[in-house]
Amino acid sequence: MADQSQHKAVQTTGHAWDGDLQEFNNPLPRWWLWTFYATVVFAIVYWILYPAWPVGKTFTKGLATTTFVDADGKEVTTHWNTRAEFIRDMQSGEEALKQKAYLEKVAGASYEEILNDPDMMAFTQSLAKVLFADNCAACHGLGGTPAEVGNFPNLRDDAWLWGGSIERIEQTIRKGRLGYMPSFGKVLSDEDIEALANYVLSLSGHDVDKGLMARGDSLFHSEQAGCYYCHTNSGKGLYSQGSANLTDQVWTVADVNGAPTLAEKIERVKSVIRNGVQRRMPAWEGRLSDEEIKLLTVYVHGLGGGQ
Amino acid sequence: MAESGDTQLYAPRQAIFPRSVKGRFRRLKWGVLALAYGVYFLLPWLRWERESGPDQAVLFDLVGRKFYIFDLVVYPQDIFWLAGLLMIFAYLLFFVTGIAGRVFCGYFCFQTLWTDVFLFIERLIQGERPARIRLSKQPMNAEKAVKLGLTHLLWLLVAFLTGLTFVLYWGNAPQLVAEFFTGQAPFAAYATTVFLTATTYVMAGIAREQVCTYMCPYARFQSVMFDRDTLIVSYDRARGEGSAGRAKLGRDLKTREQRQAAGVGDCIDCGYCVQVCPTGIDIRNGLQIQCISCALCIDACDTIMDSLGWERGLVGYSSQRVEDGGKRARLLRPKVLGYAAVLLVAVGLLVWSVGNQAPYDLAVSQVRQPLFTRLSDGRIENAYQLKVNNKTGHALGLTFSIEGLPDAELDMGRFRHIVLRPEQRLRLSARIKARPKVLDGRTYPVTIVATPDAGSGLPPVRHATVFYVPKG
Ligand code: SF4
Ligand code: SF4
Repeated sequence: MADQSQHKAVQTTGHAWDGDLQEFNNPLPRWWLWTFYATVVFAIVYWILYPAWPVGKTFTKGLATTTFVDADGKEVTTHWNTRAEFIRDMQSGEEALKQKAYLEKVAGASYEEILNDPDMMAFTQSLAKVLFADNCAACHGLGGTPAEVGNFPNLRDDAWLWGGSIERIEQTIRKGRLGYMPSFGKVLSDEDIEALANYVLSLSGHDVDKGLMARGDSLFHSEQAGCYYCHTNSGKGLYSQGSANLTDQVWTVADVNGAPTLAEKIERVKSVIRNGVQRRMPAWEGRLSDEEIKLLTVYVHGLGGGQ
Repeated sequence: MAESGDTQLYAPRQAIFPRSVKGRFRRLKWGVLALAYGVYFLLPWLRWERESGPDQAVLFDLVGRKFYIFDLVVYPQDIFWLAGLLMIFAYLLFFVTGIAGRVFCGYFCFQTLWTDVFLFIERLIQGERPARIRLSKQPMNAEKAVKLGLTHLLWLLVAFLTGLTFVLYWGNAPQLVAEFFTGQAPFAAYATTVFLTATTYVMAGIAREQVCTYMCPYARFQSVMFDRDTLIVSYDRARGEGSAGRAKLGRDLKTREQRQAAGVGDCIDCGYCVQVCPTGIDIRNGLQIQCISCALCIDACDTIMDSLGWERGLVGYSSQRVEDGGKRARLLRPKVLGYAAVLLVAVGLLVWSVGNQAPYDLAVSQVRQPLFTRLSDGRIENAYQLKVNNKTGHALGLTFSIEGLPDAELDMGRFRHIVLRPEQRLRLSARIKARPKVLDGRTYPVTIVATPDAGSGLPPVRHATVFYVPKG
């Protein structure tokens, strides 16, 4: 560096500590000071426009406002806040409008058109995923598989109690379904129920006691138990009744797949025969809009591969 | 603000009226300026043929999330290139600064470039340094008002063109300009233009050297990269001052011989180097933080020395080592070599990565909720989300298949084969169904393959994932 003696003597601030400790004065540019004042002015303008100061249990709300539409469709104007801004953005922001336009396109398309168009499918799935999480996931699980086998059918597998075509899925969502099987605990003896359970399991390939199976077979097709009314002669069930297909590997009421031993499987089936089934899917017509039902129909159809 | 006595904690800006100078560094700097302005102002207007996409050579399409740079299209997932680019710029700065000091400041920084242009306009309207000083001192009159007004008007014009040009990189230039002047451009275009017009005008017209001295972080941390061998602009004190100090060309002090006899150095104290300095410092006081290494004082002093017939270099590039009596700055130092090595590696990686950009890509993620589904025929199903991205400029047909899982079936509904539009991105669902021999609660590797239609000439892309088998 250059020889310090060449520099002009540097001014000090005039402060002195401990007798001789002094501070050089390197003046800041004056505009620097003005930018500081500008930030002060900015802060005051900000206080006037936006929520700022706590006052007791409330706060100064500021003059700026946000207008959005509340859940009842009424226009609401509140003091400016990020929550209201967010709601407004979701309703009338640029992206929201784009989404609305595309939604109209999907709503105007036929199911066949949607199913054949990868773009519309991708759009439907991302929107319907949210709808599903809000309305359906409480019972059917977030991914379409309920937490445990028993009360709610798994929508991911390829077994459809009420039919897996687009039309039938839409009808299920729109009108709801009542899944009913009478309880046989009082009608049939325990031995009969045991025999029926053995027969039912034999339908899906379980290696059960042949004698009990034969007895269950005749009971199944008898007027006394009358199982075949709903489950049909072959045990494959009827979509119109929502009766389960007993010949496949999917179990929606008795958790057969989750049972460790054959005896336990038989027990679980027996329990269902004894107690019957009463399940109810609510009707969503009126609670969800037609477009929303359409999106969900395509989504649920896609979850299990559809029919 | 005033402390005791006349101590001022805040100082008003001292106006600087740099004198013009001719010389090799000035010529070099005009060259750099012409190149930079040419590229900056003309690039948005350069048209470019593409199979699909805009016909603008360089266009940053924020809405479409694509950056078009000549034949390269940059997608959001290529964002790490930006990280690479920033790293390269950083190491380039370290490397260059380590060798030659603040060359970035002096030759390439847009603050310097734009200030140069603004100074040029100022000189064009108001004349050379003495005329400008006179004008600033004289009371306001018609002449002053016209000259100042015209200067500021031209400054604003350049500032506006600068702002507008920046905006043109983010849209179709001819169309955007037409929209801009008919009031139909997006709000962001106006806001950006106004903002950049204002900052350019203030920074290059009014704040100038204050930006370098007080605002710029590079100015501060570049000095950290200096070492004893870094080139700095400096004044040869021994030669300039002699033993009796500097002196003007006076009677009996005209020739070098006379001066040396009197102990006087070669500096004739003409003040030219101080007058040309855009930051208003005196290089003869040694290296100072204000100095942006613009080298104009070198040109100034060389001009004086040439006219006297004395050798050049009284003010010139030097280094601390030379100042301290060393011979010359060492170039090959561990620091410089290290930066060079890192720089080469980073540039190499970036070039390789850009050169190997896949024409389309496939990403697969396994659905984890639920991990598996038992099907009615007893098979196990796993679900996946696929993302495909066609980066080519033409339609791309893809067929999906799986490898690595015996007897497994891939179910993609109606989209086993799809045709992507040019530059289309798409999400698809896929399901793999398999009949495991044992239900062992383990995961098995499986690969999803996208095969382009025959005739596209593109190779298939594979994405490895896993298939989960539940515990029996
Ligand atoms: S001292 Fe010389 S190199 Fe430094 S800014 Fe001034 S003219 Fe440029
Ligand atoms: S231009 Fe050269 S001779 Fe003139 S004052 Fe500066 S250093 Fe001295």
